[in-house]
Amino acid sequence: MSTTLFATSNGAWLAKVPAREHERNNPYRDQPDAVLAGQRVFHDHCAHCHGEDAEGIKKHPSLRSARVQQQATDGDLHWLLTNGSMGSGMPSWAKLGDPQIWQVITYLKSLHPDQVAR
Amino acid sequence: MRIVPLSCGEIAASPPRPGAASGNFRRNAPGVKPKGWLYPVVLSFLVATQLLLPKAAQAQERPYFVTYSQDMEEPGNLELETFNVAGNPRGGNAFIGSDIEAEYGMKTWWTTEFYLDGQATANDSAIFTGFRWENRFRPWLGEHHVNPVLYAEFEDTSADKTLREVVGHDGAPDFLDPNGVSRLDKEREMELKLILGSDVRGWNFSENFITEKNLQSGEPWEFGYAVGVSRPLQLAANAHECVLCREKFAAGAEIYGGLGTSDGFGTRRTSHYAGPTMNWTAPNGMTIGMSPQFGLNNYSVPFLFRFSVSYEIQEVFAHFHK
Repeated sequence: MSTTLFATSNGAWLAKVPAREHERNNPYRDQPDAVLAGQRVFHDHCAHCHGEDAEGIKKHPSLRSARVQQQATDGDLHWLLTNGSMGSGMPSWAKLGDPQIWQVITYLKSLHPDQVAR
Repeated sequence: MRIVPLSCGEIAASPPRPGAASGNFRRNAPGVKPKGWLYPVVLSFLVATQLLLPKAAQAQERPYFVTYSQDMEEPGNLELETFNVAGNPRGGNAFIGSDIEAEYGMKTWWTTEFYLDGQATANDSAIFTGFRWENRFRPWLGEHHVNPVLYAEFEDTSADKTLREVVGHDGAPDFLDPNGVSRLDKEREMELKLILGSDVRGWNFSENFITEKNLQSGEPWEFGYAVGVSRPLQLAANAHECVLCREKFAAGAEIYGGLGTSDGFGTRRTSHYAGPTMNWTAPNGMTIGMSPQFGLNNYSVPFLFRFSVSYEIQEVFAHFHK
């Protein structure tokens, strides 16, 4: 278990993302309403593990890290949220549906310092 | 409601009132031990939970009552639910079957759930009918076109009227015996299900294949099915919190019924039900569901009305660590 936890928090999951998923475009990218909606969904489903400020709690990684904000594309994050990383405790959020998953990603990407400064 | 003392013999001798839609629930019958304390206690627990643990999830529940989807409880989350069904079998007395459920996410791939069941029958009694313990396992990690979940349940019930599944030759005649008689028929059963679920463009399609075996008797394996389809009325979240907006509703339909036994597989002398389903998630995370369901043949109870209330507490044990 500790190995898989490490595998998720160190970003090993990125290598598993199929190329087609990696290149997917976020239809809500940079939309202010999507940021607000994504923040609501994040608060309801993600904040209890990753923190209200997305800084991470205990074993649950920060979502403000360079890996999430710079290295991972929106498509990568969509793949992770859809499939989860079940061995490491990250559930699949496919039940939210694509629009809400994209909205959460839009919100997460808005936390990037460059986005905040904009 | 008038409470009428009644002896066990009187129960057996009392003919059911045909077409009774309401009536007196005789709670004090010797031999039919009332458990009237159970529901107030659990209801108080649910209310206290609402007040003391405000951090609830906006549940995104599927609006199914009998059909299971591929969704698992998130690890560490506890969902408290009550499922209820009201019916009025031909030639029998109206009844309400209820259960209280506590569902806990052990792992992303393992959900466990404990039920307490009860029922109240007009002109008869209100009784505790037993318990169930189920476990669901998701063998394939990740999301697939079809996601299988394996389900195993042990139940120890008698005179159960919750209709959480219909198998074998379950049907309207099961509801005609007085509680004092039907509770003598103990059902210690193992139930196995293969749950298949798919999400396609916001639609969920779920199919359940059910088999059940009474562990105490030489009765054959019983079979059944349940199929459901549902979709949230709006897939994208709104930018601002809302109460009665489409985002908060999910609707669908389900159909379920028996498929006979290992001694005679098929639909002869089996009951089947179908109906639309809907739920609404309140801003505080409580989900309320309802479904009118219709018996599809003369062997079924003609009409059932189902309703449910559920409330999910995130990271339940974290609250005790604070």
